[in-house]
Amino acid sequence: MSGPGGPRSDEPLLSVQHLTVEYAVGGKTLSAVSDVSLAVGRGETLGLVGESGCGKSTLGRAVLQLNRPTAGKVTFDGTELTKLEGEAMRLMRRRLQLIFQDPIASLNPRRSIGDIVAEPLIISGVKDKAERERRVRDVLSAVGLDPDQVRGRLPHEFSGGQCQRICIARALVLEPELVICDEPVSALDVSIRAQILNLLEDMKRRYGLTLLFIAHDLAVVKAVSDRVAVMYLGRLCEVSPTEQLFAKPAHPYTALLLEAIPLPDPTVKPATNLAVGEPPSPLSPPPGCRFHTRCPKAMDVCRQVDPPMRPLDGGRAVACHLYD
Amino acid sequence: MSGVVSGAVSAPLLSVEGVAVELPTPRGRLRAVDKVDLALAPGRTLGIVGESGCGKTMLSRAILQLLPKRARLEGRVMFGGRDLATLDPESLRRLRGPELAVVFQDPMTSLNPVLTIGTQIIETLQAHLGMDATTAFKRGTELLAAVGIPAPGQRMRQYPHQLSGGMRQRVAIAIALSCEPKLLVADEPTTALDVTVQAQILDLLAREQQRRHMAMILITHDLGVVAGRTDEVAVMYAGRIVERAPTPALFARMRMPYTEALLAAIPKLDSAPHTALPAIPGRPPDPTRPLPGCSFAPRCRYADELCGRAKPALEDPDDAGAPYACWHPISGARTSWSASSP
Amino acid sequence: MAVLEIEGDTALVSPVRKRHRLGGLFLAAVAWIVLIGLAAILAGVLPIQSPTDLDMLARREPPSAAHWLGTDQLGRDMLSRLIYGARISLTVGLLAPVIGVSIGACLGMLAGYFRGRLEAFIVGGVDVLLAFPPLVFALAVTAYLGQTVLNITLVIGILGIPAFTRVARAVTLSLSQREFVVAARALGATDSRILVRELLPNVALPLVAFFLLGVAVTIVVEGALSFLGLGVPPPAPSWGSMIGEGRESLDIAPWLAFLPALFMFLSVLSFNIVGDTLRALTDPRPGAL
Ligand SMILES: Nc1ncnc2c1ncn2[C@@H]1O[C@H](COP(=O)(O)OP(=O)(O)OP(=O)(O)O)[C@@H](O)[C@H]1O
Ligand code: SF4
Ligand code: SF4
Ligand SMILES: [Mg+2]
Repeated sequence: MSGPGGPRSDEPLLSVQHLTVEYAVGGKTLSAVSDVSLAVGRGETLGLVGESGCGKSTLGRAVLQLNRPTAGKVTFDGTELTKLEGEAMRLMRRRLQLIFQDPIASLNPRRSIGDIVAEPLIISGVKDKAERERRVRDVLSAVGLDPDQVRGRLPHEFSGGQCQRICIARALVLEPELVICDEPVSALDVSIRAQILNLLEDMKRRYGLTLLFIAHDLAVVKAVSDRVAVMYLGRLCEVSPTEQLFAKPAHPYTALLLEAIPLPDPTVKPATNLAVGEPPSPLSPPPGCRFHTRCPKAMDVCRQVDPPMRPLDGGRAVACHLYD
Repeated sequence: MSGVVSGAVSAPLLSVEGVAVELPTPRGRLRAVDKVDLALAPGRTLGIVGESGCGKTMLSRAILQLLPKRARLEGRVMFGGRDLATLDPESLRRLRGPELAVVFQDPMTSLNPVLTIGTQIIETLQAHLGMDATTAFKRGTELLAAVGIPAPGQRMRQYPHQLSGGMRQRVAIAIALSCEPKLLVADEPTTALDVTVQAQILDLLAREQQRRHMAMILITHDLGVVAGRTDEVAVMYAGRIVERAPTPALFARMRMPYTEALLAAIPKLDSAPHTALPAIPGRPPDPTRPLPGCSFAPRCRYADELCGRAKPALEDPDDAGAPYACWHPISGARTSWSASSP
Repeated sequence: MAVLEIEGDTALVSPVRKRHRLGGLFLAAVAWIVLIGLAAILAGVLPIQSPTDLDMLARREPPSAAHWLGTDQLGRDMLSRLIYGARISLTVGLLAPVIGVSIGACLGMLAGYFRGRLEAFIVGGVDVLLAFPPLVFALAVTAYLGQTVLNITLVIGILGIPAFTRVARAVTLSLSQREFVVAARALGATDSRILVRELLPNVALPLVAFFLLGVAVTIVVEGALSFLGLGVPPPAPSWGSMIGEGRESLDIAPWLAFLPALFMFLSVLSFNIVGDTLRALTDPRPGAL
């Protein structure tokens, strides 16, 4: 997937190569992410979609080295994060940020909003109090909150949407280059969801961010992404530019995800008998193509051979035997 | 599609008359539901749509008589000719299961974590239908199979935490359906689930509802969920119903600006990436501080001085069977959502 | 541009400021603790008689103008003995849980945050401490090192460590899973900063409530030790030893045992009430809804 070597500016900001992350679960090994490779260019938004438990969050956290990968490399702006230790990694963190699904749980209930947003500055050694205050005010106004009104308050005084704004402010106060958004709108109502999606787009423009945007809803991903990666049971299925993926999904699983979106239009009958069932346990993934147990197009070869990722036209890539 | 549910076609199974729910809070009385009228005929599906905190859950609790102890209920909940609000606990208990059943957002809260799935289904069947253990086990296995659970015999012996969220919700539905209720209330049954699982669960509910000729109330915050699966939709805002119409009519011609805004805020599959979504600014008003005028006025782009001063009533001036509460209803057929963005 | 949504919310948020509805019971409890505390601190300068002066002619006297609460079996002034007794009961009662809470909180937070071998070691150590029969331990220590206030405080304090460790560990364990802790790690915060800034404020309040409970328990334990003659040796008064001595004359002068028991009961009750109320008040979420 990663682009060919070339001048520095062409290099992706983030590149993940053959990343594998495993958990030990009751004596067994659960492979949450297996052999995933992707690249995110500077200023790009890559959407990452998949059902619950497919390893999206694990991948996001492994990029930040919050979970140490079992194998593979994560390279950020030419530096191999997987090789960084202790203090070097700690210093690197200010350039990479994370926004969580549950905005209320990701704020310390006993610290004031001003404190929470200033914390990254303190950690990264901004000693000047006036400077810190100025930057906290700036970023709070940028995310649409009135600094004077919110600074002294505690998180429980805010709604989910506002807490997400605060989380975004905290992630942006250090002016990072890459922000990983782990289902930032899944816990929010439709109306608030649109506000937050718009805000993220705004912030991306304003701060020149690169985003890895994780979600389980393709419609949400479409609104913000340049390219979309689809994941199933720890594997990548398809990586395509957004327009093309929605116009013509290459992988049967992508097609399933698209069909499942409830359309706000009563004249379109909702799809019935969608690929039955749920993903198998990641503790014992099926052999061959991991999707074959639910795939309407499964063939014999699918049950035996794991399809490799192969490039298609138009910058797409897909892992499916239909394209052999 | 048939006409208005509240019409005289068939006597309503459920009719909610002037129901209001008040809760005491540290900041004063909170009117969670304010004078709601609804009717639902047997075998029909009603969708209730609204943002979190608009009172949908309290309304469903009022219908089910499952309100918190300190809550005060006004109005009548007529179900099969009886006012549920006046029933004693014992008669209510006997209604639950064979008449009234409920599926909650988080199946973990409605399933008992220390009992096997089987025990919970069997107990329900024994308690309400007086089945013996063997028949109940057989029936329970059939029910699990009917809601699409593979290897149901094995699942009967498992505990809720051993199942995925989607499977748990299927079990909760199986239990709710076990006594063939006449009315099923599903309160955000798929909000905690993936889109794919959501589609399957909604499918399952629709299928079982038709097969059993059961009435259903489907509560959600997503207009997309009700679009293909309900006969009628009621949109709630700040404790009141602000628009109600047969589903096709609602989507073809919405009158209330709030409904329109709610629809516009959904990310569309056919719009280009990076198009700004027409978000609804702000958030719903504080329910302990009701506004004098239309509750949506602070967020409404059509609001004027009248809207801030006087509360519009839920009325149906054209006798279209589609009442709405707005001083300046949107006129004409809706052409495109994106065109309506500010 | 993002919409400024806070405007409409100011009204929503500002009146939430917690209404401190403190019951009369809470105020009474605080008043009792303050009264006893002040009396104990100021015992030396209060115009009361010596707690150890014998007056063999006025033994077991009922309350009178000379002795407001009467005298004990050796003719010593009861009021004065109760006040000096409070000194010992409160000193031990407050200091012992301080030892328990400070060591227990550190151990528990370290165990809950770092997990792994450190946790196994701490939990193991705490279990060993728990396995010690407390009375035997107290007896051994006081017999060996002497029955001084300091030794008694140390013994009870050490015996309290396991309970505080367990509370701190349990709270830390559940908090460490929370996303705000992961968020701090993602920001590059050091472990010590996470422990002090993110976890401690959240662990502290449950511990303070538990601490006040600990004070109540310690007062009872100290009383029990003194009652059994393992406490501060006579003639220094302590509520426990006074109950023990008064027991002999229950039939003729019941107030000798009853008064210190009442003082102990009221103090224990007061600490419990204050602990419960503080916990409810300091919960950052608004009351029930
Ligand atoms: N700390 C952990 N220990 C053991 N297993 C874990 C742990 N965290 C995640 N897993 C497992 O790893 C797999 C991938 O989990 P992950 O959280 O990355 O999925 P996800 O795609 O983000 O799911 P969701 O949509 O539910 O957030 C799942 O099977 C999950 O149960
Ligand atoms: S490889 Fe086979 S089973 Fe897998 S997605 Fe393609 S067709 Fe389906
Ligand atoms: S009454 Fe006025 S404020 Fe309310 S929805 Fe209608 S136009 Fe908007
Ligand atoms: Mg996740």
